[in-house]
Amino acid sequence: MTHDILIAVLILGALGVLFAVVLYIVAQKFKVVEDPLIDEVAEVLPGANCGGCGKAGCRAFAEACVAQGNMDGLRCAPGGDAVAAKVAQLLGCAVAQGEPQVAVVRCNPANCGEKRKSNYDGLRSCAFQNTVYTGESGCPFGCLGCGDCVAACQFDAIHMGPNGVPVVDADKCTACGACAKACPRRIIELRNKGKKERRVYVSCMNKEKGAVAMKSCANACIGCGKCAKVCPMEAITVTDNLSYIDFTKCIACRKCVTECPTKAIHDVGFPAPAVKPAPKPEAPAAEKVEIPVAEKVEVKN
Amino acid sequence: MKTFRMGGVHPEENKISNDAAIEVMPVGKQMVVLMNQHLGAPATPIVQKGDKVKVGQLIGEAQTFMCANVHSPVSGTVLKVEPCKDAFGLAKPAVYINVEGDEWMESIDRTPDIKRECTLEPKEIVAKLKEMGIVGLGGATFPAHIKYSIPEGKKAEYLIVNAAECEPYLTSDYRVMMEHAEEVCIGVSILRKALGVPNAYIGIESNKPLAIAHMQEVVKGFEGIIVEPLKVKYPQGAEKQLINAVTGRKVPSGKLPIDVGCVVSNLGTCFSVYEAIQKNKPLIENILTVTGKELPSQHNYIVRIGTTYNEIIAHSIGQLPETTGKVISGGTMMGKAVVNLDAPTVKGNSSVLVIGEKEALRAEETNCIRCGKCMHACPMGLEPYLFSALVKNNRIEEAKEHNILDCIECGCCFFSCPANKPLTDEIRLGKNKVRAMMAAKK
Repeated sequence: MTHDILIAVLILGALGVLFAVVLYIVAQKFKVVEDPLIDEVAEVLPGANCGGCGKAGCRAFAEACVAQGNMDGLRCAPGGDAVAAKVAQLLGCAVAQGEPQVAVVRCNPANCGEKRKSNYDGLRSCAFQNTVYTGESGCPFGCLGCGDCVAACQFDAIHMGPNGVPVVDADKCTACGACAKACPRRIIELRNKGKKERRVYVSCMNKEKGAVAMKSCANACIGCGKCAKVCPMEAITVTDNLSYIDFTKCIACRKCVTECPTKAIHDVGFPAPAVKPAPKPEAPAAEKVEIPVAEKVEVKN
Repeated sequence: MKTFRMGGVHPEENKISNDAAIEVMPVGKQMVVLMNQHLGAPATPIVQKGDKVKVGQLIGEAQTFMCANVHSPVSGTVLKVEPCKDAFGLAKPAVYINVEGDEWMESIDRTPDIKRECTLEPKEIVAKLKEMGIVGLGGATFPAHIKYSIPEGKKAEYLIVNAAECEPYLTSDYRVMMEHAEEVCIGVSILRKALGVPNAYIGIESNKPLAIAHMQEVVKGFEGIIVEPLKVKYPQGAEKQLINAVTGRKVPSGKLPIDVGCVVSNLGTCFSVYEAIQKNKPLIENILTVTGKELPSQHNYIVRIGTTYNEIIAHSIGQLPETTGKVISGGTMMGKAVVNLDAPTVKGNSSVLVIGEKEALRAEETNCIRCGKCMHACPMGLEPYLFSALVKNNRIEEAKEHNILDCIECGCCFFSCPANKPLTDEIRLGKNKVRAMMAAKK
């Protein structure tokens, strides 16, 4: 009896020792040396894995930081300057200062709502609707309104507005860029938040010629170039019948906003205009553009 | 009676325009000819503003491989060459022509005589198909000269002519069979010669007994053409299903019909092949059905390509009924709703189908109850409910492994779904994502 137990113990013991030796050798041979700094950096990151930095996740970002040794070209948008400072401290390098950014929806809601030219009752997906037709507004560059961007946002910072065009909550937006990537028409752009959170942008992506664009939407940019002429900073360029304001040059003087005949240029974050004592005609004549309402046609697919 | 083995549904047939003989639609004042009326790259316009053109003159040249020639459907002066919005509101390159008179190219034989003899060699036939801008009129508008250029190492054994017309409402192929059976058979003989196959089969669904009887009578005068009556089942007219129904062969996943020795051609294409080869007439006309339950009258028309939907509606029924919900180009199963009625018709348009408000709207979507009806309905043996979930969760790799790209988008899954899930839409989105993923990997 004791003999049997002894044999079992010896065999198992010998096997244990054998495997331990094998495991030791293998562990030595395939040893992966990982910088403990990576863990420390990953610890201070927000851990949202949003991919806004262009890396596969927060850990990949930490690995890139440590491998590089500094933070040049690397920025965690959700973390902002606070996280950048912590990471820089760990790495022992200068703090990468970045201008805080925010997502901006470059489509004007004016033409949506009751002025729809068709009703879409297919799959609620912008990516799909984009392959089928122009969308309910009739503008081939405009927002499709199915909310692919809303689904993509991990920070609950973008919601469908009352006009069927998404509205960004600037306080929650971390500028990770997920919505911009999700939009099949590339309407959403990341722009600098600007001083005092004041920013001016062209809220249109329509590249059609003036008259055609106007048919698509009353508030379309018609590429007239008036804004570019009036801009003191030469921040505005017009390409393919579409104006674009370079946010690195713009000083938010708002001259272009008043100049734009179709109200395609929007200003955000400015205080509401004070009530003027004398009644002045507010709207310029060019604003009133009649849109021919096309036949209402349902859309299958 | 033969039919395909797997899946399929039987939607209400609604062939209410069966008895309306083909009428000729008058030519409008201005024509807009789109440059991409076919699968592939758009043709390059070779006319300029102010040029005079005749009916049948080449105005858009195929300069890449996957492309087809475009000819002028009218005579007159070129007004401008600039983009025009198509039926879905998307701008496409186009040629605008102001119509003046009706002067045809001298080479086109406009006599009503039927020319039976074809002395051209197979290669010459294919070259002429290319010259005449012939495309498949079954819906995909695949350039015919590419289809009939059989790649090295492959051999065609069967030519199958699709006269199933399995889509509800459509009757244009039926009318062509009833009125132009002999021309169609000559067209089939020409294609048979181009491919060098012994036999051609014309597959007709059994809900068209008159057409079957008429065709059987006419093919007696031709060698190697067999009429094959088929059991009514949608999507019998789909290429792979028709091959399965007629020959019993199955096209493997990711392969083409030619890999199992088959070439499938639509009946309308055979008619245009006859006109192109025997009469030198390019593809400048469509035969299309104007139909709908709420319309005062049903029509079949021969329409010049470039006529707008509004012109067709104005000529045939005056105006759309108040209760119109959708205007569809194509049948109810695979057709697409037309958003821009000012858009010109293009090659391959087979109908202007007007659907009432109540019928047009989709029912509200509810949750999948895992009943599996979509699997039973799928003629390709796929699992639509699974794709729906995979695409929603962005598991594109897995969707590809389950052969999402085999889907022919026939709509059987959506048709049969008791939860009204837009399965076909989801699969199409998934296919786009898979293709994007594969392109990114390259």
